Amino acid sequence: MEVTAPLAIEVKNLGFRYPGNPDATFSNLNLKIPKGERFGLFGPNGAGKTTLISLMTGLLSADEGHVRLLGREVGRSSNKVNRLFGFVPQEFSFYQELSPVENLQFFGAWSGLSGRTIRKRTEELLHILGLEEVKDKQVQKFSGGMKRRVNLAIGVIHNPAILFLDEPTVGVDVQTRHAIIDYLLELNKNGTTLVYTSHQLNEAEGLCRQVALIDNEKVIARGDLNQLLKHYQEESLEHLFLRLTGKQYRNDV
Amino acid sequence: MMFKLKATIIKDIRVLLRDKVGIALMFIMPIILVVVVTSIQNSTFQLISKNKLPILICNKDTGQAGAQLVKAIDKIGMFKVLKAGADQNEKLMADAMHQKDAMLGVVIPADFSAKVSAKSKSIAGKALKSFGLQGDSIKQAGDIDPLNIYYNPVLQESMRLSVEGAVRSALQLVESRETLRSLYFSINEKQLPEKLENEMLNNSAGINEIPVSKEGVHVAPNSTQHNVPAWTIFAMFFVVISLGGSVVREKVSGSFIRLKTLPTSYLVGLVSKQIVYLGVTLLQAAVIFSMGIWLFPFIGLPALNLPSDLFALVVVTVVCGWCAVSYALCVGVFAQTHEQSNGFGAVSIVILSTIGGLMVPSFAMQGMFKSAADISPMHWAIQAYYSLFLEGGKLGDVLNYILSLLLITLVLQFITFLGLRRKNLI
Repeated sequence: MEVTAPLAIEVKNLGFRYPGNPDATFSNLNLKIPKGERFGLFGPNGAGKTTLISLMTGLLSADEGHVRLLGREVGRSSNKVNRLFGFVPQEFSFYQELSPVENLQFFGAWSGLSGRTIRKRTEELLHILGLEEVKDKQVQKFSGGMKRRVNLAIGVIHNPAILFLDEPTVGVDVQTRHAIIDYLLELNKNGTTLVYTSHQLNEAEGLCRQVALIDNEKVIARGDLNQLLKHYQEESLEHLFLRLTGKQYRNDV
Repeated sequence: MMFKLKATIIKDIRVLLRDKVGIALMFIMPIILVVVVTSIQNSTFQLISKNKLPILICNKDTGQAGAQLVKAIDKIGMFKVLKAGADQNEKLMADAMHQKDAMLGVVIPADFSAKVSAKSKSIAGKALKSFGLQGDSIKQAGDIDPLNIYYNPVLQESMRLSVEGAVRSALQLVESRETLRSLYFSINEKQLPEKLENEMLNNSAGINEIPVSKEGVHVAPNSTQHNVPAWTIFAMFFVVISLGGSVVREKVSGSFIRLKTLPTSYLVGLVSKQIVYLGVTLLQAAVIFSMGIWLFPFIGLPALNLPSDLFALVVVTVVCGWCAVSYALCVGVFAQTHEQSNGFGAVSIVILSTIGGLMVPSFAMQGMFKSAADISPMHWAIQAYYSLFLEGGKLGDVLNYILSLLLITLVLQFITFLGLRRKNLI
């Protein structure tokens, strides 16, 4: 697939291996994600999804090649690059002892926002994500779904141009999942590029336009979701996934 | 940058205030420790100086020397003499000590007077002969049987040695008296007058104990002056449990991952933690010193006397606190889990405090342990505090200790920096 639109993310000739592991996790990997896209990254456990997101967000450094976010190379001038994206990790990445407001105040400051902007965005996000009533309670007392919403709110407080989401809806109820997906679609309408990874393939079908399937650290299929389904004559992403990656167990050690 | 630092400091204070266990460990535990240890050491001090150590004496001797020895032991002043019947055997003696009726027991053998007398006459005869005088014919006397001192095993080595010294001096007094009497009788063929005897036996020079101090500042050493500075240092270094744990929690909870993806260096987080926890260590010192000054006299302990150079005290406390915080950060950065941080942190603090001289004076250590004291920051901190609290030292007197502490602090900061770099955290 040749991408001609302005790129949000460009992965070029990427090579990476974990220290002490002689086998390369990625070798000569190339990927282009246009601006404003809703991009899904899927694969079995241990396929390398989280590693690839870590390389895109600068949590890991590439051994070869490079990743560019909106034209800026990840790893160089990291503060400038880090302003461009938001990250919603799979783990609850906030302070459980603090309330949603206190977490947003702190992470807002670290995202480079002014006190005034933090207050405004905090108010907006608490309202959108239904956390107003519990805004001053310690997050550690929250249910899993509420914590997921806090996790998401922190990731988007600075209105990032690109948003990386690593299984943002894992372990949440249907209502929370719908609220999160609706909010992500809203963000995308306003221009945010979404890079999403999940094992919830039904949910992904409703969210992603473009997908890439990774297995054994290689991109085994990529492109427009509808075109891929048509090409492989499969009725759903889940069937396509099983066809391309097989049904055998994957032990991710 | 200042806004980020302010936000981080507020966050760290909030997290700290909600860590009730951490606060208890940092404040309540050292307070209990300083009160308990000072009270116990004060009791030990009073046991010797005011209270008397109970000693059970079984005098099987019917002569004068045995009675004189009992009197001499009593006169030392450090014992409460309990007399056991002459028929007391060793088993009954041991039973009395197991029941804690007495911590010590002395058995004076039945032939004690006879042997002391024979020995004295023999020495007197030898002395007269060496003076060229004709004395009684010299009879070779056998050795006096050793006195058996029984002791309860809970009695510490130092206490036992001082008891042995005291009994030995009483024994020497009795033997000297007998020798003197024999000598006098051999020359004058009459008894030694009591007045002369007392003059001759009690003419030893007195001993004045004078604590060495600087510039005329005279602080009486006591358990408070020793313990409050020592346990304040211990408390400051014990922030490793809270701060080390806080860093590990941040790393393993996932907040670290997010922090790394934000446009702010983690150094801001480290500076904030140092500011907040330095404040905690200073608060700990203020609380413990205040207790020493105002609370201790109410619970029967000697009050803490602050050094005359308060500025030096503040400087030493700030540098010591910074060193303690640096150590805690270093442990937190390298520990993989909360258990590692807590376990290593707590054990290492106990080891560093032991080799640093907080529990046993470093001058009493030998060989490699004495050298090892130099690498313990607590060694330099306690030396500085002792100089200020006990010797009346000024800032100039503790400058070397401060510089040593600063050097260790900078090394710890550098190691922490390398650890963060290696883990790609900054």
